[in-house]
Amino acid sequence: MTEKTVSEIVARCEALYEDLNFTAAREWKEAEPGRKVIGYLPVYVPRELIHAAGMLPLGIMGGGDNLEVIHGDAYYQSYICRIPRSTIELGVSGRVDFVDGMLFPSICDVIRNLSGMWKMLFPDVYSKYFDVPQTYKDEIGGVFYTGEMRELLSDLEKMAGRKITDDDIRHSIKVYNENRRLVNELYTFRSEKPWQAPASEAYLVIRAGLVLPVEEHSKLLRQYIDAAMAEERPIKDNSKVVVTGMFCEQPPLNLIKSLELSGCYVVDDDFMLVSRWLIGDVPTDGDPVHNLSQAFLHHSMSTAAKYEPDEKEKGQFLVRTVKNTGAEGVIFAATSFCDPALLDRPMLQNILSDANIPYIAFKYAENSGQMQPIREQAGTFVDSIKLWSAA
Amino acid sequence: MRPSVVKAKPADALKDASMIKQKEMMANHYNRLTSSQENGEKVASTFVPGNLNELIMCFDLVNNLPEVNAIQSGLRKQSGAYIMEAERSGHSEDVCTYVKSDLGMMMKGNIGPNGKELPKPDVLLLSYTGCFTFLKWFELLREQYKCPTIFLQTPYMADGKVTPNMIQYMVKQLKEDVIPTLEEVSGVKFDIDRLREYLGKSAKAEDDLVYILQSGKNKPSPIDAYFGGIYYIGPIFGAFRGTDDAIDYYRFLREEVDQRMLKGLGPVTPDGPMGEEKYRLVVEGPPNYTSFRQFWKMFYEEGATVVASSYTKVGGTYDYGFRHDPDRPLETLAEYCLGVYTNRSLPMRIDMLTDYINEYEADGLLINSIKSCNSFSAGQLLIMREVEKRTGKPAAFIETDLVDPRYFSAANVKNRLESYFQMVEQKRSGKGVAA
Ligand code: SF4
Ligand code: SF4
Repeated sequence: MTEKTVSEIVARCEALYEDLNFTAAREWKEAEPGRKVIGYLPVYVPRELIHAAGMLPLGIMGGGDNLEVIHGDAYYQSYICRIPRSTIELGVSGRVDFVDGMLFPSICDVIRNLSGMWKMLFPDVYSKYFDVPQTYKDEIGGVFYTGEMRELLSDLEKMAGRKITDDDIRHSIKVYNENRRLVNELYTFRSEKPWQAPASEAYLVIRAGLVLPVEEHSKLLRQYIDAAMAEERPIKDNSKVVVTGMFCEQPPLNLIKSLELSGCYVVDDDFMLVSRWLIGDVPTDGDPVHNLSQAFLHHSMSTAAKYEPDEKEKGQFLVRTVKNTGAEGVIFAATSFCDPALLDRPMLQNILSDANIPYIAFKYAENSGQMQPIREQAGTFVDSIKLWSAA
Repeated sequence: MRPSVVKAKPADALKDASMIKQKEMMANHYNRLTSSQENGEKVASTFVPGNLNELIMCFDLVNNLPEVNAIQSGLRKQSGAYIMEAERSGHSEDVCTYVKSDLGMMMKGNIGPNGKELPKPDVLLLSYTGCFTFLKWFELLREQYKCPTIFLQTPYMADGKVTPNMIQYMVKQLKEDVIPTLEEVSGVKFDIDRLREYLGKSAKAEDDLVYILQSGKNKPSPIDAYFGGIYYIGPIFGAFRGTDDAIDYYRFLREEVDQRMLKGLGPVTPDGPMGEEKYRLVVEGPPNYTSFRQFWKMFYEEGATVVASSYTKVGGTYDYGFRHDPDRPLETLAEYCLGVYTNRSLPMRIDMLTDYINEYEADGLLINSIKSCNSFSAGQLLIMREVEKRTGKPAAFIETDLVDPRYFSAANVKNRLESYFQMVEQKRSGKGVAA
């Protein structure tokens, strides 16, 4: 196999990102009779279980800024975020007509209600609201979560027409562990040498993992990291920042590019949390469902949709990310009308202030076109960071 | 200390006994809250949909409901200033205005409707059903009050059913987290028989509440199940479920409703008894509180009565058969939380509204969509079309906010309502509907 260059790899990922007909997933499905595809929305589902059923988990992150929403607006008032309407658009326009099931994770009222709308609009498609615990004791939240996962497994078994064994799940855990290790490797590499792996590239490479089979995506990650390490790129006088915002609705690619153009090195973000929600490897011995549950309860990321039981821990996840990546500031980017992200933000800002970490905040929508204000705001932020650190 | 029983006799004036009683109950409750510190009483803040009043009373805690405080601020036209205050301090204009009204009120001295300062809660009972915003709301309050916060998660009824996994999860949380922490905070040992006693009282009042709400099936309806309904649900959704006060209140109210039915009278409005009932409506969504009277007037002036509403089910879907059951004290609390309206899936909500239109022989559905409430609002346009399709009755959509006066445009709402009433007329005369 000839080695691919960074630009070839990124071009492929960009093509996957722009393809709102999900051709890659369609082709995967058509390659063998009986294959099934299960769509899921942000921010997290245990993709291992879908994989263990021999199915393709397909991340559906809304329609982005390239989708013309024709029908979706008839389903939502103007004061509701974009992602549900563009997701409905994908549905009613037939772009996801090959998807056999849809999972709606428990993150907010909008996605929650969308799960019911999907049932009404597409009664022949399996659709499930995937509830997760907000309490983290093994005997309480843990038991509930294993129960929910077993329910999902039994639904998947019915669809697959076969039993899903513990070994199947263990194997899938192994495959996803590998994928998460690579994603984390890319994040570490980027935080150390952000000029070698720009955030907009890393975004596309990780996003490809939402539509490709995980094994193929892991190869792609390896290729990208190797190619990006090998390619010499000029170091710029940029400031390192962490971008945070819950990111259910995704930022337009242009937004990430604009931040870079205005002098930011984005060294960490929570764009597609599903790719690295679980921290560290999930054990592959013992009861695999229990292991997934343990990882969720005790070794998972933080986001606005998740309750923080310990007041002292509130926001510390973000503070640690800033420290670990050597970032000099935080950019809060929240989706307009997103209650979880916008209500969480003032608390996180207070914690950053206490920790003397500078920040700025703005709102966006997946189809935001006008980047000038964001570019200016980020540019000013970078200048002031430089002034502070020089002082 | 157990709450004292307020003495209002039905003899006061038959038609007003329930109103007098409710006024007294509310005034006493706010006085109890604002003097809790002097009286050595501890306060638990919690939410209406997951309100576990019977349990709270078992620990001698006084129940403080920030949502009800926000409603009070809305009715008193103070919420607008509170919301602006919260926005000035960094809260987004996009988020739930109940939260901002509450936070703004706190920033401005936390003055309750009786003009006295509301107490700091000793515990935040984050009973979380039907709305994700609750979770953030109490994280925000915890940040300010630094008091213990108890989390009780209610799984969502996404598939239209309650599973054993859901009940077990909730009962375990109650046993292992909620009750031990309440014991710790209050210093009172949990007594399950006391809980049973309160639950039995709840069920009694709930029977009467259902009778009252279902009187809307009568023609004319003796009640307005939305504007009037908001008063009727007050005690049972708030700090009185499980008390003798609530039993008395609902008994008085039931007697009054019976009287009105006997006499063939419609609801009582702020301008006196309602005239001829011309339109019978089912309403989905919360009301606007900042222009509550003006909003209501737009209905009764046109002879429109709301015969059933979904908002009066946010604190329990008693008309669907649920009653608090003293024989299964913890399970019943779990089932209560699971069943509240906003914890029901969208298809369940559609079924409910469709049933209401059919059973209450309504002329159609009106949705009051609340700008800042995703829990209710996301999906309402589909609900509207689906209910319209199933019932063949016209539906209409208006947009306001709960407590943010900036989003209540009286002229727009009035126009929309007037054309809706015309639609209903056209439909009746068989001329078809021009939406
Ligand atoms: S953007 Fe926010 S409000 Fe909208 S669906 Fe996502 S989490 Fe919910
Ligand atoms: S979003 Fe709606 S249900 Fe939730 S707290 Fe606000 S008003 Fe209440």
